[in-house]
Amino acid sequence: MSGDRFRPGERVRVRVADTLGHVRTPHYTRGHSGVVESYAGAFPNPEELAYGRSGEPAVPLWRVRFEQKRLWPDYSGRPQDTIVVDIYEHWLEPAETKSRRTARPKNDKGMTRRGGKVKR
Amino acid sequence: MSGDHHEPHEPHPHQSDLEDSPASESELLAQALEELLIEQGIIGAADMRRALEVADARSPANGARLVARCWVDPAFERRVLASVNDAAREIGLDLGPVEVRAVKGTERVHNVIVCTLCSCYPVALLGASPDWYKSREYRSRVVREPRAVLEEFGTTLPADVELRVHDSSADLRYLVIPRRPPGTDGMSEEALAALVTRDCMIGTALPAAPVDG
Repeated sequence: MSGDRFRPGERVRVRVADTLGHVRTPHYTRGHSGVVESYAGAFPNPEELAYGRSGEPAVPLWRVRFEQKRLWPDYSGRPQDTIVVDIYEHWLEPAETKSRRTARPKNDKGMTRRGGKVKR
Repeated sequence: MSGDHHEPHEPHPHQSDLEDSPASESELLAQALEELLIEQGIIGAADMRRALEVADARSPANGARLVARCWVDPAFERRVLASVNDAAREIGLDLGPVEVRAVKGTERVHNVIVCTLCSCYPVALLGASPDWYKSREYRSRVVREPRAVLEEFGTTLPADVELRVHDSSADLRYLVIPRRPPGTDGMSEEALAALVTRDCMIGTALPAAPVDG
């Protein structure tokens, strides 16, 4: 668990899992593949910390870059736009693993919506 | 008027006092905790006040000073990109234990920061976060239609720039090092810092040279 599982540039996929409890993996990334941008260090597991446990052993954290047009079927921005998300290693698998691909959730409804305004 | 304060007058809208709305559960909890800590002699009221003064003293001016130093000192910028926490110490800023990373804007990439899952924010460099940063509208929309959201902030990006959103979903906090605007050659570090607003360091705005040159 020391940042040697993946390499920058490698394509990885976020596991599709619905877990109970405190999780720091945004839903909109689940089942999607992205490219490892960098290794961010190891941090106590937030899924354990949230319940008063130590979070040890620390979990490697990866910066993963996704293409927006692959995340959102109706993405209205530019094709080169990206989003980088920090994801704990136990949520990632090599993108070659195709077994769960069919279960990829569609990001066309759910938590996000369009058309509102950001109130300032 | 003739000095009579009891003269009947037209009723006018009443501005409610802070205490008029019911305290939330977390406010009550914080209040109870504070009272207990003071009552048991673990901290004093003055400690509490000093801690609040420290929190209130944090402001985007800290981040702006760091960005301006990056603009005038490329070696410092390299150290910032390697470790914001270490580099900040060089200019007298203690960012505490939370690790801050800097993302640098270039001609081809514009960065914007969000925390979709809560409201993670580099408070030591930017002070308390604005309410909109914590709003559901910002957190949900800036990941899926970031260009539209930036337009609402009056920020239009060139079509050929990559807009890169950073979702600080885990243990790191992010600070945008925006590009130094053109037309700022020869400006002092202090004058440059004045161009770097809070929103520039979140990525919803771009710094601009002063209009009078």
